[in-house]
Order: sequence, then C-alpha cells, then structure tokens
Amino acid sequence: MTRVAESPPAAPPVGGDRRARVPYPLVLTLLAVAVAAAATAGIAIGSVRLPPGEVWGILLHRLHPALVEPTWPRVRETIVMDVRVPRVLLCAVVGAGLSVCGMALQALVRNPLADPMLLGVSQGASVGAVLVMVFHLSLAGIFTLPLAAFAGAFLALVLVYFLARAGGRMTTVRLVLSGVATGEVLSAVASYLVVTSGDPHKTESALRWMLGGLAGTTWDLVWIPAGAVLLGTFVLLGVSRPLNLLLAGEEAAASLGLNVHRFRAALFVLVALIVGAIVAVSGSIGFVGLMMPHVVRLLVGANHRRALPAVALLGAAFLIVADLAARSVIAPEEIPIGILTALAGGPFFLWLMRRRAAG
Amino acid sequence: MSTMGTPAELHAEGIHVVVGGRSLVRDVSLRIAPGEVVALVGPNGAGKSTLLRTFYRAQRPTSGRVLLDGADIWRMTGRQLARRLAAVLQEAPAEFELTVYDVVAMGRSPYKRAFQGDDADDRDIVMSAPESLDVNHLAQAPFDRLSGGEKQRVLIARALAQRTGTMVLDEPTNHLDLRHQFDALRLVRRLGVTAVVALHDLNLAAAFCDRICVLNAGRVVAAGSPTKVLTPTLLAEVYQVDAEVTVHPCTGIPQVSVLPGGRSEGDGSTST
Repeated sequence: MTRVAESPPAAPPVGGDRRARVPYPLVLTLLAVAVAAAATAGIAIGSVRLPPGEVWGILLHRLHPALVEPTWPRVRETIVMDVRVPRVLLCAVVGAGLSVCGMALQALVRNPLADPMLLGVSQGASVGAVLVMVFHLSLAGIFTLPLAAFAGAFLALVLVYFLARAGGRMTTVRLVLSGVATGEVLSAVASYLVVTSGDPHKTESALRWMLGGLAGTTWDLVWIPAGAVLLGTFVLLGVSRPLNLLLAGEEAAASLGLNVHRFRAALFVLVALIVGAIVAVSGSIGFVGLMMPHVVRLLVGANHRRALPAVALLGAAFLIVADLAARSVIAPEEIPIGILTALAGGPFFLWLMRRRAAG
Repeated sequence: MSTMGTPAELHAEGIHVVVGGRSLVRDVSLRIAPGEVVALVGPNGAGKSTLLRTFYRAQRPTSGRVLLDGADIWRMTGRQLARRLAAVLQEAPAEFELTVYDVVAMGRSPYKRAFQGDDADDRDIVMSAPESLDVNHLAQAPFDRLSGGEKQRVLIARALAQRTGTMVLDEPTNHLDLRHQFDALRLVRRLGVTAVVALHDLNLAAAFCDRICVLNAGRVVAAGSPTKVLTPTLLAEVYQVDAEVTVHPCTGIPQVSVLPGGRSEGDGSTST
C-alpha cells in the first residue's frame, strides 16, 4: 500500500457500486431531459419555426385530443407530424444505435478506439445497401435493404476482426489500420457500383450512404431501425455482465464461466444487425460510436449495466442536435450529417489516441 | 472470513499438450487432495502456465483428462466449472474505466443469469473479498490506476468472490511486495481450498505449500514435500544453479540460497 493508495484521499469503505461522482439516477435523468430538449428544438426549428409550447401542444393533442385544445393552423400539425417528428425520431434511433454499437464493439475488441465506421462495419453495410439499390433486388420485401446492409456489415466486421488478430495479439494499430483499410476498400466498391450504374438519381441517393443523411425521412423509414435498436439495446443490457467480462480478457472471461467464442459470434451478429438497420436508412455516420461511449464512461464508469442506457440517451440527444445543425447551418440547403460528425469526431479521435499514448 | 466452497480433489491424468507441433506439457499426472496446496515450480518455459491453463479450460489437453472430484472438467459447462474452480491469471482488465468493485463483482457472474443484477448477498461477498486482501478502501477507485501489486490483489479478490472450493493461481505473487506475498499465500492456505500455485520463489513455495511439483521441459521431474524435493542436485539439474539448501532452525522449513558463483559443473548443457 504505497504510492497509489495515497493519491485518492483514502475513501471510506462504503458499500454500493457507484462511483463518487454524479449519482447515476441523476445522470440518467439529466440525459433524458437533454433528449427531450433536443427533440423539442429539432421539431420546432426549420423552414417554419414553431414555439416549443406549440410543439408539445401538437404532440399531446395527437396523443389524446382531449389533452390540448388545438390553437394552431392544421398545416403546422402536418409539418410536425409528417416531416419533423419522424426525422427527429430517426435521429434519436440512429444516434442511440450507433453509440450502443460503438460501446459493444469497444468491449468486443477491448479497445476504446473502436467505432462502427472506423472498423469498416458501416461501409460494409453501405455496400450491401448499394447492391440492393443498383440491382433492384427485392428478395425480402421491405426488409431487403436492411438485410443486405446487415450481411455487408457482418462480413466486414468478421473480416476486420480476424485481420486485426492475425498472428496473435490485437494491437490498437493493427485494429485501426485493418478497419480503415477495409472501410476504404468497401467505400470504393460502393462508389464504383454507383458510378457505373448510370443513373443520375442514384448518384444522389448514394451520396447519402457515403456521407450520411437523414433528409426526407418519412414514418415508414423509422420502424425497422427503431425496432432493431430498441431490441438490440435491450439484449445488450441483458448481457451486460458478459460484456464486462470481455474487458477482463479472453482467458479470464473464460475462467469466469463465459463461452467467449459463442458470445463473440453472437455479438458480431447483433452489432451487424443494428448497424445494418441503421445504415440502410441513414448511411455511414462516423465517430458517434466512438465519442459517446467515451463521454459516458467518464460520467458513469465502464460497467455496461450502467453505461449502456446512458450511452443510448446521450447518442440520441447528440445526433438530434447534429442533424439540427446539419440542416440549419446553410439553410435551406443541408450538409450531410456525416461531415459534421467527422468534423467533431476526427479531432476527438486524435486527442484520445494521444492521451492513450501518453498514459 | 469468507466461506469458500467445498474443497475438491483435482486430478490431472496423463496430460499432454502439443501446440503448433511443440510439446509443451508431456505426460503430466498430478493428484491433489481436497484442501491440499501444491506449488508448481520450474524454469521459464517449463510448461507451468500451460498446465494450469488446462485446469481452467483455457487450453484443451491434446490427450489426458482433468478431473474435479472425478468429473471431467471438459464435460462441464464453463459456468459449472467457474462455480467450482477459480483462476487468478496474469491477464488484467483492459484500460477501461472499471472500478475495483466492478472487477471484483465479475467473480459473481458464474452465478448470474441474463438481466440479473447484484443482490445484497453479492454486494456483501464482493465487499468482503477485498477486505481480506487489504484493498477494500479502493472499492470505488479506477482499476487501471492501481499499482501492480494492488491490481494483483484485486484479481485474487475476484477469484475469492467466486466462492469456489478449488483455486488455480498463476504466479499470484508477481508484483507483490514482501508483506503482500506472504499475506496472499497465507490467505490461500487459510481458506482451506484445494490450490495449485505456480511460483517462482522456491522459498515461498516451501513455506506455504504442502507439496512442490517441479516441472522441467514439460515433464514432472520431482514431486513431494518441500524437504524431499528441494535438493541441491535437483536445483542444479533443473535450474542449472549452484544452490545450498538449509533447514530453518525455528520453522523447520527448507530454505534455498543460490550461490553467486555461477553454474555448477558437470551437467552444463544449455538446454532450456
């Protein structure tokens, strides 16, 4: 008991599993408030600006007509319900899903520098989606696109994982290089498919998959990713103990009763499903899955039982705000949201890498 | 003091481990009685860790069986084994912001189903495990900011939280200072569990273990009480050192002193 014991001022031996930080329920409450505030702003701000009170009035009125007496023109209700709410909802779903996947991937590779896009998973999903679009495939009805994206994401993830592990230990350098290289190749494939398809319309929608975008979201786009993200997060929360065990290392996890190979395979599938469902509607949006888990771990620690709900909320709030910025900065034009998240996330990544190198 | 599980008999039966064409463990048989503490010693690369890995199912023996109270551990599920046998490894959690509490609480996972949280019993067990290792004031501290010795003690605490009757420890005294080396091994003794401990320090092995098993190049070259096993001849043969073994006048425990003169003559082959 020498040097380290002295630095934290010998905390009293209290029970419980909380850190001496902001209490966990308070963190969750604050994050939920942040999501609500971001959503309100996301619905209120746009070509027609609505007062926040009216936003809630319309939402409550829709929930039950007796709750609020309508005092607004009907067209505003249409704007809110048909245009803004689905978009904000999709932002929340995509943000939460990417963050949750980022956290799961980081546990999977035992490295806080993982993210669906940095590991090439999103680009794999893009290739799947573009293939469906270019060749007009519709093998599984409305599920064709997300399923193809899932297949692409899954193959990319498995490929990167085993490339990074080839020859023994998985180092950060190997991991990031395999991920980035695979991602580059896959986006080149996707671009090639689009450019050679010879349809100018497709080029436009392909841009959405490369840079990410949530413009023109309608209700029927929301359901599949919302279901995948909700279900996926729920399942991940259920396996938060095994996720923690992965952080302990492979052999330690096995000695603690975890079937590491089976669990890892299941995680591959689950993460690819969520990423596939997301990328099919939003395209590749990078760095969200890198930044959010890091912030959340600083707030509530790395125990997945506490970190997963928090990261889902933070990711949702973040992406709603990022999308708001993407459509406001040069309104009425929109910036692809992936550009904004990369502008924020790139430097964050470099900072994180430097900090880790120093520590 | 924590109540551990019922000590089991651990029986390795003709274990061979071949990895990539190299025999790491050759025909090792070892029977450890319930509650017995056995030290596994030998030079680097002798196969100590590999043998231990077959005990906690990290390495499937190429041939041979590992039996716990007569039951083949490779026919159990990982969870079943983790409730009966705990391992202290040299592998430490990655650089994530886990607290000491989080790390020790991992020891409860063999008893938990999906979605099941820690109950009051778990919390008691988790908090009492570090107590015996002098780290419980660190419960809320981030694991990766601990010193090497503190980390090691937390990992032992995690194994204690598994409440097993058998423990496998791979160099548990690494990074520990003198006092904590003794504390850790004394604790293992006091628990009354069946234990196999890989150790480098022969004097620690002699002081705390019922039997010493010496591995060299994957084979058991000697096994028995410390007094029987630790002889200058064996040390010269296995470690290629000139050593003197004396018996401590008060404790009666054999003590090894390596003479600084260098290698003994005669069996000076440089095989490792």
